Amino acid sequence: MTRFITSSFSHLILLIGILIMVVPVWMIFASSTHTSSMINMNGLQMFLGDSFYENYLRVLLYQGGFFKEITALKMFFNSFIMATGVAILSVVTSLMAAYALVYYRIKHATLLFWIIFITILVPLELRIFPTYSVMAELNLVNSYFGLIVPISASAIATLFFRQFYKTVPDELLESAKLDGANTWRFFVDFLIPLSKTMIVAMLIFMFVFGYNQYLWPLLVTTSEQYWTVVMGLKMMSGSIVHRFAFVIMSMVPPILIIIVLQKHFIKGVFQDK
Amino acid sequence: MKKVQFKSSYSQYLFLAPQLGILLIFLYWPIIQTFKDAFTMQDAFGFGATFVWFDNFLFIFDDPAYFIAFKFTIIYSFVITLITGSIGLLLAVQANNVMHGKSTYKTLLIWPYAIAPAVVGVMANYFFSERFGLLYHLFHELWGFNWYESVFDSYIYVIIAGSWKQISANFIFFLAGLQAIQKSVIEASMIDCKNSFRRFWTITFPLLMPTTFFLIIINITYAFFDTFGIIDTTTIGAPSGETRTLVYKAYMDGFRGLDLGSAGAQSIMMMLIVLVITIFQFRYIEGKIHYN
Repeated sequence: MTRFITSSFSHLILLIGILIMVVPVWMIFASSTHTSSMINMNGLQMFLGDSFYENYLRVLLYQGGFFKEITALKMFFNSFIMATGVAILSVVTSLMAAYALVYYRIKHATLLFWIIFITILVPLELRIFPTYSVMAELNLVNSYFGLIVPISASAIATLFFRQFYKTVPDELLESAKLDGANTWRFFVDFLIPLSKTMIVAMLIFMFVFGYNQYLWPLLVTTSEQYWTVVMGLKMMSGSIVHRFAFVIMSMVPPILIIIVLQKHFIKGVFQDK
Repeated sequence: MKKVQFKSSYSQYLFLAPQLGILLIFLYWPIIQTFKDAFTMQDAFGFGATFVWFDNFLFIFDDPAYFIAFKFTIIYSFVITLITGSIGLLLAVQANNVMHGKSTYKTLLIWPYAIAPAVVGVMANYFFSERFGLLYHLFHELWGFNWYESVFDSYIYVIIAGSWKQISANFIFFLAGLQAIQKSVIEASMIDCKNSFRRFWTITFPLLMPTTFFLIIINITYAFFDTFGIIDTTTIGAPSGETRTLVYKAYMDGFRGLDLGSAGAQSIMMMLIVLVITIFQFRYIEGKIHYN
């Protein structure tokens, strides 16, 4: 009986937690399927209306921005390029750097370690204008390269890979050496397949990190052609229901990725098998 | 370190080069530039810069707005850490308790983590707008809530907007921490202590200390840096600068005011704060907690 009561209590608390998470998003979604005049008269809605297709199609294809040069569809394309670029670039470079740090007897290992990991303490927000002027000097403002690379300059994934490599048994390298594997072969044929879960987790983490960037794209894109979804939210004009629809669409890609790949993400980050 | 390693050779630099190269050009170069900015002053026409020692620093210490932003940032990190940590822990403990539906609950509570702070801010806007904001009107009925004018009310607005998605992150890490505690420890404690409330605070919670301190750092970092998008889409500092974080103020001074010297000095002050927190974490906290 007490068991039943405590467990119902747990379910109740969890249910309240879920409602706090779901209700705000649901109300914006429900409201986005109504007409603007409906919202202006009656406020946010709890139930679905019947302007779903009309509103969402309009938002996707409407030419917005100050110069009416960009559609939401193009912004999604830009965000996708940026997030994918950040994920791949940061994961590949981190995977390699961590490998050198763990598997080589490097001379100035401690110094190298600090040069790489102290950067975690200096997020982009702390060096945003100088980073911008460096990009301007290198002529990288208004380019995908300019959106991607400064965000990929991160040693977070390196830290995770280093931690993971350290748990790999020494016998693996010993047997690989017996098989005649050189450093490159050991990395590609032995270590990467073993790190698959970790790689997937870091790809997801960095993709969401890249997709969610707001300040950097705001600064580094003066041409509307390179606007991303998250920064575009502030830039796009339109009536209230179109704004609702844009907000809802902007959160779909990262949420889908987290929910669909949830198991890999958690497995990698917490290293539970 | 590994007992078995490859001998130092040129190939190690091939593995290090991509990351080191990117860090040097896109991180170290701007950091050096930040220091240069912080110790120089641009002349009014942007033709040159003169070395001014610590003038930029003295200037920000003289600026009352800096202390307002400083105070807000401290309060904001503290309250967000407290709220998201305790709600996250509460939900994680309940999710760990239930026999059925554990993974469903996990899925239903994990997704807000993925939403961008700026998107959360835009959404919060709709609930706090004077025109049809439900929370605005609810709080207005209760105590005359008006974030456009009251500092306290604007705090409530940005705290709710800032906490919402961060509960998810705390929930995920606490749940993982709870699941990592060995069954035998819990079973042994059940024999020794019948009161489940006391059992939690004397046995389970101390075992969660590593997770807790990790999350404190994560939450403080979030409140310092990631909330830029939230402030910029909600109060923009309203009523009059009281809800600007240090990062937000530095950005505004650099961008709107074109005062790169001040922005640089403010960045260096924040680097110092982050450094102090990190050293504190390593020195005083890591040594005092039990890892299982």
